[in-house]
Amino acid sequence: MRTGITRRKLITRAVTAAAGVSGVGVAISIADRFGLIPPDHYGPFGVGETLTYATQRVLTSGHSLAREFDRSQISPVAAVNGEAPSKESYQRELESGFSGWRLAIDGLVARPTSLSLADLKDLPGHSQITMQACEEGWSFIAEWTGATLSSVLDLVGPAPHARYVFFFAYDDWFESIDMADALHPQTLIAYGMNGQDLPTNHGAPARLKLPRQLGYKNLKYLSRITVTDTVANVGEGLGGGGPEAGYAWYAGI
Amino acid sequence: MRHSLLVRITHWITALSVAGLLVSGVAILIAHPRLYWGETGSFETTSLIDLPLTLTYGHSGWGRYLHFLSAWISVLTGLVYVMSGFINGHFHRHLLPSRADFALPATGSPLSYNGLQRLTYLGVVFILFPVIVATGLAMSPAITSVLPWLAIAFGGHQSARTIHFIAASLITLFVLVHVTMVTLAGFGARVAAMITGGREAVEEHA
Repeated sequence: MRTGITRRKLITRAVTAAAGVSGVGVAISIADRFGLIPPDHYGPFGVGETLTYATQRVLTSGHSLAREFDRSQISPVAAVNGEAPSKESYQRELESGFSGWRLAIDGLVARPTSLSLADLKDLPGHSQITMQACEEGWSFIAEWTGATLSSVLDLVGPAPHARYVFFFAYDDWFESIDMADALHPQTLIAYGMNGQDLPTNHGAPARLKLPRQLGYKNLKYLSRITVTDTVANVGEGLGGGGPEAGYAWYAGI
Repeated sequence: MRHSLLVRITHWITALSVAGLLVSGVAILIAHPRLYWGETGSFETTSLIDLPLTLTYGHSGWGRYLHFLSAWISVLTGLVYVMSGFINGHFHRHLLPSRADFALPATGSPLSYNGLQRLTYLGVVFILFPVIVATGLAMSPAITSVLPWLAIAFGGHQSARTIHFIAASLITLFVLVHVTMVTLAGFGARVAAMITGGREAVEEHA
């Protein structure tokens, strides 16, 4: 009798546990389909990062807009990290006023192309007064002018299964963002700052402006944009130079 | 007073996650140990407070990962503690002070908390923790895209960071005083009571 009950309990528990484990599995695959699992979901910190990313993706799913500021709040000094790339290919473009600069757009797109600075300025875009907050703790407000990334993507036609947009820079740094941020109305390929051309150390001739994420995701000195369905085949497969240096892939914090 | 199982479990998870938050918080802070008021601030602008910490880069990668993992654990544990505390009367019975708890000389049982202790615990749970969570969220550009008033209510992005630091300092002060008082009251016995629940007050009086 007793062993019978125990066995029944054991079976019930085993079935419950199996259902629980497969339930978690199903939940993970559903979450992944809706784009709620970040590339850095593994490792000791993966649970926290996944909770943050999934929660913020759900909360911001209505294309919520980063705070915009009044012209009077623009910082008199725009702080900056790092210096312009010293490599010859960049210095040559800088000296020629970026007249020969091209922004290549390729990957999972119907019509790969490359844009000159003039092409970029002809695309639909806008100016926005938003904050740049560095993960170190400092911040400044500036007016950024650029083409929306969505208009750049419209031009090339991303494949329906595209999931990430990679950005490559002249200083060999790279980052990637998901389609939710790529198609966000405030995500700019910015070529102007505070009414002038983008200053050299702020990423001339064009940088990514992603006001819903911290500064380090806002890649400077752009040279190429690549649309992919995975982060696996670029660099170390972590989705960017930030993640390779130990920083979170998603920086909406 | 016997500590309930729920209080004991949430106490130790909170202790561990707050330790994780403090260590990682310092790792993040030393990358820019200056505090400002308003929306913006950088080395090129005037600071409110210059902390006597050596500027150290290279720790905020793991620091941020550990900070947000610990924050999630701490917040979820805190929610379980607060909700159950309201439901089972923990706050009402053990932490809400009555006039007698402030009487001098103390008349209450030495095994129950006095008025100052009760107010301190309530202040940490219902003021410091909510403020530190809210100021943390106010620094997130994604969260403030949904709740812009959160940053505005604290006076701006940098003000929120400064208030976050002040609240963290007060929580650290609370932890230091708490551990000191536990040590004075008998470290081994008090820690054992928070692990096993401790004996009933009646038995201790016997």
